[in-house]
Amino acid sequence: MLKDILNIPAFLWTAAVLLVLAFVPFAAGRFYVYILAVIFVTGLLAMSLNLLVGHGGTYQFHHGAFYGVGAYTAGLIITKTTLPAWVALCAGPLAAAATGLFIGAFCVRLNKLYFGMLQISLGSLIWILALRWYGLTNGDDGIHGIPMPALLSGSVNAYYFILIVVSVSLAVMYLILKSPFGATLRAVRDNPQRCQAVGINVRRHQLLAIVIATFFAGVAGVLFVVLEGSVFPDMLFWVMSLEIFIMCLLGGWFTFFGPMLGAAIMVALRTFAGSYTDYWTLILGVVLILLIFFLPDGIMGINPRTWLRGRERRRAMPPLR
Amino acid sequence: METSVTLAGFVSQLLVGLSRAMILFIVASGLSFILGVLRVPNVAHGSLYMIGAFAAHTIAVGFEGSAAGFWLAMICAPLVVAAISLVAERLLFCHLYEREHLMLLLFTFALMLILGDLTKMTWGADYRSIVAPPLLQGSVSVLGTAFPRYNLFLLLVGPLVAVGLWLLSARTKFGKIARAAAVDREMVGAIGINVSWVFAFAFMLGCFLAGLGGALVSPTISITLGMDHSIIIEAFLIVTIGGLGNIWGAMVGALIFGVSQSIGVMLLPQFAIVFPYLAVVVILTLKPTGLLKSVW
Repeated sequence: MLKDILNIPAFLWTAAVLLVLAFVPFAAGRFYVYILAVIFVTGLLAMSLNLLVGHGGTYQFHHGAFYGVGAYTAGLIITKTTLPAWVALCAGPLAAAATGLFIGAFCVRLNKLYFGMLQISLGSLIWILALRWYGLTNGDDGIHGIPMPALLSGSVNAYYFILIVVSVSLAVMYLILKSPFGATLRAVRDNPQRCQAVGINVRRHQLLAIVIATFFAGVAGVLFVVLEGSVFPDMLFWVMSLEIFIMCLLGGWFTFFGPMLGAAIMVALRTFAGSYTDYWTLILGVVLILLIFFLPDGIMGINPRTWLRGRERRRAMPPLR
Repeated sequence: METSVTLAGFVSQLLVGLSRAMILFIVASGLSFILGVLRVPNVAHGSLYMIGAFAAHTIAVGFEGSAAGFWLAMICAPLVVAAISLVAERLLFCHLYEREHLMLLLFTFALMLILGDLTKMTWGADYRSIVAPPLLQGSVSVLGTAFPRYNLFLLLVGPLVAVGLWLLSARTKFGKIARAAAVDREMVGAIGINVSWVFAFAFMLGCFLAGLGGALVSPTISITLGMDHSIIIEAFLIVTIGGLGNIWGAMVGALIFGVSQSIGVMLLPQFAIVFPYLAVVVILTLKPTGLLKSVW
């Protein structure tokens, strides 16, 4: 297993990419540094979702709720209490994971679509609270101007912090997926009945995966606060969750880095298409339909050898029911 | 002030909740019907509801707000929505039935994004409203409180739709074929039935109901962009607590939703919207697969 992880070329590649990314703030303008940071945060969120969807085969339909819980927890602790900011930044992911444990415990009792619907219901409850509890969350307007410690303020400092946290998170996620637990998770995705039969506790594995994934969603939420200094209820809205879903689809469900690529494309599209037209969601819809029809495995899912020979890789998710 | 919860106030609040439940039921029943036959949660349902309301406005305004125009709008707006859904289904959706269900779901999401922006292009972001015909204006006295006639009309239409939909799915040949196709599509195809068109009609019927809900709600609220987002979540929740694909479940769920909201309005007005969601959580905790038997 250790050999798998420490495979030398991959290690060198990763180091090279990180080195390049570390030098970006010296070469690129402030705007591009910011966009890159947005891509990292969104990408981490998408990859945490893919842990469940691509690798776990569960219908995590309201992942945005946990992203929002992480961000709101951090934002509220900083603005409403006198605790140091570092406490808030650590509390965000923990709160998200706790919410994930609570909601997940309900959801894993159900299968596939029922799982997804129940999660949309429970996630929407959190959204409604964030939207209506004016006294605590400021409702519609969200919380703005959340102060950050000096070390994290300024877009370049935030960029480095985000780069480090995202890299560490991705490394941890990679190790988890490479571990026996990750292999079991994929086995559960491909054939839950057989896993049950050989004595794997399917529900417990799914629940643990949900807790891990929601923890990283919370990390992404906290990083959003670090980057933007604000939180708003739209982060918990179910449309956001489905957008994250599209990022996974766009980049490739069954690859590790696919969702990051998907997030990069989505953020870039939104930034540049959004500055030319008011109808950005129309473009997104058309892109999504094209993807569904022509690239169901995503961009990184293209296998040059099988792509021309037909669609045998279109196995994708096991059928419903 | 806090002791103002009188019987009359309670009854009128309850009736308002019930009439709102009827709108929710009509939308949710369409969603439930599509779920039962195609096994796909139609995320675009809310957008079709919104288009129904906008189309009803355009038709009613086209007849200068006359009573005939109103009734024509109530009939034609859902038909417009059904036509849009049929085009989308035949052009794109029907090619995906062989694929995983997740792809079908994402397709309906794409449809929602596209329809939302097309609505913005066609009708713009203004607030609109239409008035009910004289027959349905004003109010009648129920147990000493004034109750709008239009809400009574809704209370009549809701059960009519429920019975009609039930008769269609339980007593007609189409309903039986649709239910059979949901269970075993290949077998139904093997005995010589064009399953693709069965699905098309089921999808169209569900979307028709979304449009009908939008048309019926249009005199009671201001029609605007964004009305699709809230209704779709509520419809999802109603279908989930009622039991996926069960029409009477949608009715029960809608009633719970409407009544719990009116109780919320009386107890804690600011958090009234939270009450239905709490009801949903309680029900799903006790009975995770919904109150009535789901067709799955």
